[in-house]
Parts: sequence; structure tokens; C-alpha cells
Amino acid sequence: MLSVRNLTKVYEGGVVALRDVSFDVPQGQFLAIIGLSGSGKSTLLRCINRLIEPTSGQILWNDLDITAAPQDDLRRIRRRIGMVFQHFNLVHRSKVLTNVLAGRLGYVNPAWSLVNRFPARDVEHAILQLDRLGIADKAQQRADELSGGQQQRVGVARAMMQDPEMILADEPVASLDPVLAHSIMQYLEQINKQDGMTVLCSLHFLDLVHRYADRAIALNEGMLVFDGLPKEIDDAKFKEIYGKEAERVG
Amino acid sequence: MKPPASGGLRRLARSLGLGLAVILVVVIYAYGFEVTKVDLEETRSERRQTQLVRILRALAKPEIIEFRQDELAVAAPFFMPCPPTPVQLHEPNPLQPYILLNPSCAEPGGEIQVEGFNFVPNSTANIFLVPPSLVTLRLSQAVAEADGHFSTHVELPERSSSEVQSIRVIVRQNVGSPTLTRTAYDTWDKIIETVFLALLATTLSTAIAVPLSFLAARNLMKGITSPLLGVALSLLAAPAGFVLGATAARLAGQWGAMVAVGVQANLAGAVIAPLVAWGAARWALPSEELSSPSLGIRLARIFALVTAAVAGIFMLVFIAEFLLQMGDRLEATLGNLSFLGSFIFNLGEILQIALGAGTALAGAGILASFAGRLGKWLTTTLPRAGVRLAEFGLAAAAGAALLAGLGAAIDWFYQVGEPRWTLYWPSAVGAICGLALSLRLAGRDTLPVGLVIYYVSRTIFNALRSIEALIMVIVFAVWVGIGPFAGVLALSLHSIAALAKLYSEQVESIMPGPLEAITATGATRVQTIIYAVVPQIIPPYISFTMYRWDINVRMSTIIGFAGGGGIGFLLQQNINLLNYRAASAQMLAIAIVVAAMDYLSSYLRERVV
Repeated sequence: MLSVRNLTKVYEGGVVALRDVSFDVPQGQFLAIIGLSGSGKSTLLRCINRLIEPTSGQILWNDLDITAAPQDDLRRIRRRIGMVFQHFNLVHRSKVLTNVLAGRLGYVNPAWSLVNRFPARDVEHAILQLDRLGIADKAQQRADELSGGQQQRVGVARAMMQDPEMILADEPVASLDPVLAHSIMQYLEQINKQDGMTVLCSLHFLDLVHRYADRAIALNEGMLVFDGLPKEIDDAKFKEIYGKEAERVG
Repeated sequence: MKPPASGGLRRLARSLGLGLAVILVVVIYAYGFEVTKVDLEETRSERRQTQLVRILRALAKPEIIEFRQDELAVAAPFFMPCPPTPVQLHEPNPLQPYILLNPSCAEPGGEIQVEGFNFVPNSTANIFLVPPSLVTLRLSQAVAEADGHFSTHVELPERSSSEVQSIRVIVRQNVGSPTLTRTAYDTWDKIIETVFLALLATTLSTAIAVPLSFLAARNLMKGITSPLLGVALSLLAAPAGFVLGATAARLAGQWGAMVAVGVQANLAGAVIAPLVAWGAARWALPSEELSSPSLGIRLARIFALVTAAVAGIFMLVFIAEFLLQMGDRLEATLGNLSFLGSFIFNLGEILQIALGAGTALAGAGILASFAGRLGKWLTTTLPRAGVRLAEFGLAAAAGAALLAGLGAAIDWFYQVGEPRWTLYWPSAVGAICGLALSLRLAGRDTLPVGLVIYYVSRTIFNALRSIEALIMVIVFAVWVGIGPFAGVLALSLHSIAALAKLYSEQVESIMPGPLEAITATGATRVQTIIYAVVPQIIPPYISFTMYRWDINVRMSTIIGFAGGGGIGFLLQQNINLLNYRAASAQMLAIAIVVAAMDYLSSYLRERVV
């Protein structure tokens, strides 16, 4: 159970990204976060693992107070939260395998990672993850030699290496074509349904929301304007979320 | 918007402003000409021009190759002025080269014809006047024709003498194949010295600048904060750790020198010690940690790590001793390759020096970071009042220690010798500042330590960078003597500052995405740097290092001007001796090396990056 309470983020310079946002996510739910660009979706996701420090409010996760955790505890919390990014955020010049193994950094001893040494079990596990995503043959290639869809699979594999209980996906398919988008979303759906993993996923396309999400919340200028089932988003709600001039595509 | 009615006035004002600006520019340049003493008269003066031509011609003929020369000298007696009674001259041998003077005597300042016979065709004959004082004066030169004959008119100087003088013709001929001059050999020696000087300076500075560059990267340092308690404890612990580390290294060194009597004992030590260190570290640092360990296990691990550290120090001590002994032996036995032995010996010495400094720094770092963590832990666990109390006391102590250290430095430089001004007062002021800071920070829990380190290191780099290596070498030449080693040290120090700045700017311009992703996996700061930052900065680091090598080669060609060894030393000597042909050879060598370095570095950059 993840509960976000009265979360507010004001950036330096006074831009208010989140205004008093509160919601709960039960374990195992696939939650879609929708809203216009700049509505605060990315900020919300990054506040949950404190890549961005919230200005005020509280985030509780399985009775842990993420917002109050000191640095060492925060690392232990972060390693159970996988994150997938719109631009994949792979280290381009490193091998695919190294990128995937980086997901174990929260577990391995910092002293050994200085010499780039991972336990054999982790390496096996990494190959297995790549195999599940169908790119095991690319393990020794440089990450920037891969296509966009392959790179995002590496990103997902990296998140899965963390043995996460929750996945934060920040527009994971916005840089991909529709076919690849569905393959990535299906994979997220699979780990959500089979392993009971909580997935928080910000999305642009409503048809993806309808197809994959159990529930959707919507942000508009940092405020929570909708919280309900995807099928409840009718035209009136749509205009409320995206503004009067918006038209639906897809 | 103003109405366009005032447009005329505005235009006038603008024209006036423009006119004033033009006048100002003219005045500025006029003053510039005055200050830099631009003097075009001088450039046209004939005396200057002949000198210029002479130098340029000398520079155009670098002294690189020479021939062995055969010298043939033929002389004929000559009277100036003519004696009252004519002197009978004996006939020259018509089979040998000889000269005839016509007339055989003349008034000072007059002109005579010099004719030569039987000379080697096309050879150049230099014609000299040899007075009784034997201080010869070159009069002219002529080229022999195909039949070995030449004829030329020469003007005579005002050197009259009642005694017999002579006209001498000297023909020099290149014999055999060309050989390299002494200058060429010296230049070769020194240019090699120059290239290696630059190589060593670049290597040394790169090794030191890479870790330092992270301290001067804003994006990495911005996030580092610490509560006041942590900062105060770190400040107090760092010097203690430094002393501890230095003492440990010294004791280990003494003990090692006692134990390590033979090469075998050293080798055994150098093998066993790392095994112990590795084993202890493997046990103390499990490869994966799924839950927090208990206190007992933690203490045992700390003990094991200390053991590993001690074993590591001994390993380095043994290796250093081993290198020293091996180097000694090899130097004695290798003959021509003895420089390899001396290199190994030097490596041992470098290791010994670096061991002392490294252990001291590592001790300071480890203890400071440990104290910082302790401070953080205390801040979160102690009750609020206790934290405030500890903050008061420790902040005051840390402030006092900091300023006392500063006072000691001032005392050392200026030899004040008055503890009231260099110890008591600074300590008191520091303590008060610490107290004030802890009062001021009531309520706020963290200090931006990272940014403070960032600004301090930036300032130091900028200050060091602004002092040219050419100036630094003066201090180093006093320390280690005039020569290439002083040059290496000076170039290194300057390069460290320059490279650290360039590197840190590269760190600042990396893509933030991977950094974010690695942080999100729960990686520590060091892991984030290794996995997200280092792969991104390798290409620019290599390219900047190459560029720096290039710069260092150029710098090392002139660092000899100030006592830094290399080819500059030779070049300066030759310029001061007005030996422009030799200087030209050295300039040519510099040009070739710099151009070659430029091509090589751009080729390597393309290959690697």
C-alpha cells in the first residue's frame, strides 16, 4: 500500500508543480497517471522515490515514511522501487549487460562495485531478464547500438533486476512507435498481473490507459482532478482533465 | 513609446555619442602606440636591416649537417704602403695552386687585383689580408672557373705597416659524405628529454586531476549536505586521521625495512600480505547485503577491514622494498639497459613516498567520513536538546581547530612567533564563529558541504591555473635543482589545475538521465559516479588529456628558459651566444615535434573517442 498525503512541490523560482495531492494505491494495482505535459506527472513519480525532494506532504509505503527516511534507509527503499524512463536513461557507452546489472547497485557492496564486480548469480539473473525480454543476444553490445524499443527493454530489465515491489514508469512508451509501445506495456501488464507488482505509469494515450490500467488519476496544473476507473473518463471528464480545446486522438 | 517628434533630437544625440565613441577609440589606440613604443623609423634604419638580414639568413641555415673540410691556403707577400726599394719576389711553382697580386704593393685604402691559378674548378676562394699582427681581415671571395683560374679586385683597408704583410687565399672543400653536427646531437638529446618531460608531466597531472575534478563539478557536489554535527566532527576527525595514517605508514615502513632483508623475504611478503588483505576484505564486504547487519557483525567487520588495511599497507611496503632491491641489482647487472634498473628503483621510491602521503590522506578521509556519518546518526537519534548541546560544543571546537590551523600556517609563512596572535586569538575567534553558526542554524538541519567544497576547489584551481608553469618552475628549480625534473613538477602542478577545471566542466555537462536512473536503483554516490558519470566522461577526458600533452610539449620547449630542462635550455644559451644557426636547428626540432604531436594527438583522439 502506497499512500501519498498532501504532497506539494514548489520548485526554486516559485513554480508549483504539485498542489496538495493525496491518493492511495493498494499493492498490486496498475495505476495510470494522465494529464498534459507539465501537469506534474513526472514530478509526482520522482517524489515517490525522492529523486525530487517534496516541499511538504508525506509518502508512506508499507508503513515506511519515505519522506522522512535518512539517506541510508532511502537507498534501501529505492532499491525496492524500479523506475522506467521515457528516454530510457541508459548509460550509452556501457554494455547492455552492465546497464542491466546496474539495477543491482543498491544491493551489492559499494566497495566491490568500484572494481565493476557483480556476483555470478546477478550476472545469470541479468541474462535471464534479457532473455525474457527477447534481447539476450545483445548483452555484450554497447547500449547506444540498440534501437529505441530494445533500449527501453534494457531499461525495464534494469528495473526488474532490483527485485522491485513497485514500478514507477514515467511515460515509458512516449518515445516508441505503437507496436513497440504495446509490447512494453504488455510486459508491464504481465509483471503486474503475474507477480502482483504495483505499477504507477504516466501515459499520454487514453487507449493505452483503457487497455492496461486498473485505475487512473489525472493531474492538471499540479492538482488532482480525477481519480477513478479508466472507463469513467467520458468526454466531460476529458475536457476537465485536458482543457476545453483538447480533442481526443486514439 | 515616445512620440516620434523627438526623433531628430534623439538622432543628434546618437550621432554625438557615436562621434565621442570614435574619438575615444582613437585616443585609446594612440595611447596604446605610445605605451608599446611603436617606432617605424627604427624598422627602416639601415643598420637594423642589415642585422635583420644576417639573423634571418643564419636562421634559414640550421646547423644540422656538416662536411669534413679540406683546407688549402695559398699566400703571397704584400706591402702596404709600397717600400722605397722594390722587393724581389720568387717565382711560384706553376704546377701547384698559386696567386698573383697586381700590383704587389699598394697604398692603404687602394685596390689590387688578385688572380689565382690551378685551383679546384668551382671552388670558393676566400681572400684575407694577414698583417704582421696576424689578426686576419676578410677582404673578398671569388669562385674559380672551370680551368681553375679566378681573378678579382679587392679593396684594401687602412692598415699600413712597414713590415711585410700577406694576402692569403683559403679554399675549403667538403670531403666525403655529410655528417651530423655536434649541435644536431645535442638537439636530439634535448628534444627527447623535452618529449618525455611533457609525457611524465601529463601522466602525473592526469592521475591527480581525475579524482579532483569530481570535487569541482557542481552537479555532483550540489546534493551533498550534512548536519552541523557531522561537519564539526569531520573537521575534528580529519587531522587526527591524517596523523594516524601517516604514523601507520611510517611504522609499517620501519618494520618492513627491518624484516625485508632479502629479495625472497620481500617477495614472500608481497605475495602473502595481499592474500590476507583480500581474504579479510572478502569476508568484511559481502557482495550483496539484503538486510541491515547486527552491531556485533558490524564491529567484527570493522576489525576485519582494519586488518585488511594494515595488510594492504604492508603489501605496498614489501613491494616498494622489493622494487628498490631489484632495481639496485638490475642497475648493476644490466649494463646498457641499466636505466631500466634505475627506473624500477625509482618506482620503489615513488611508491614509498606515495604510501606515506596516500595512507595519511586515506586516514583523514576515512576518519572524516566516519565522523560525518556518526554526526548524522547522532543528529537523528539524540533528543533535540542533546543535539543542540553537542552542536554548541563541537562547532566551537571545530571552529577553533580550523582557525588554529590557519594561524599555524600564517606563523609558518611569516614567522610571527607570537602564540597570542597565531594561536590563542584565532582559536577564540574560531570558537565564537562556530558557536554563532550553531545558533544561526537553529532549526535548519543541513549545511551545503558539497557546494563549499566545490567553491574552495574551484578557487584553488583557478589560482593555480593563473600562475604559468614558467613561473612555477623557478620555485621547483630551487627545490630539486635546475633540470628537467623541476620542469616536470612545474608543468604537472599547472596541468593539474588546468585539467581538473576542464574535466569538471565535462562532468557538469553529462546527460543527467543516466545519473537519475542509477540513483533510482538505490546506488550510493560513489557507485553513481562510477556507473553513470565515468562512462560518459571517458571520451572527453581522453581528448583533453591528449590536448594537454600537446600543450605540455609546447610548454616544455620553453620551460628550460627558466631552469626547467629540455630543449629550451639549449635554445636560450644559443640565442644568448648569438649562435643563431644552432638556435635555428633547435627551433626546427621544436617545430617538427610540435607538429608531429599535433597530428599524433588528433589521430589518437579520432581513434579512441
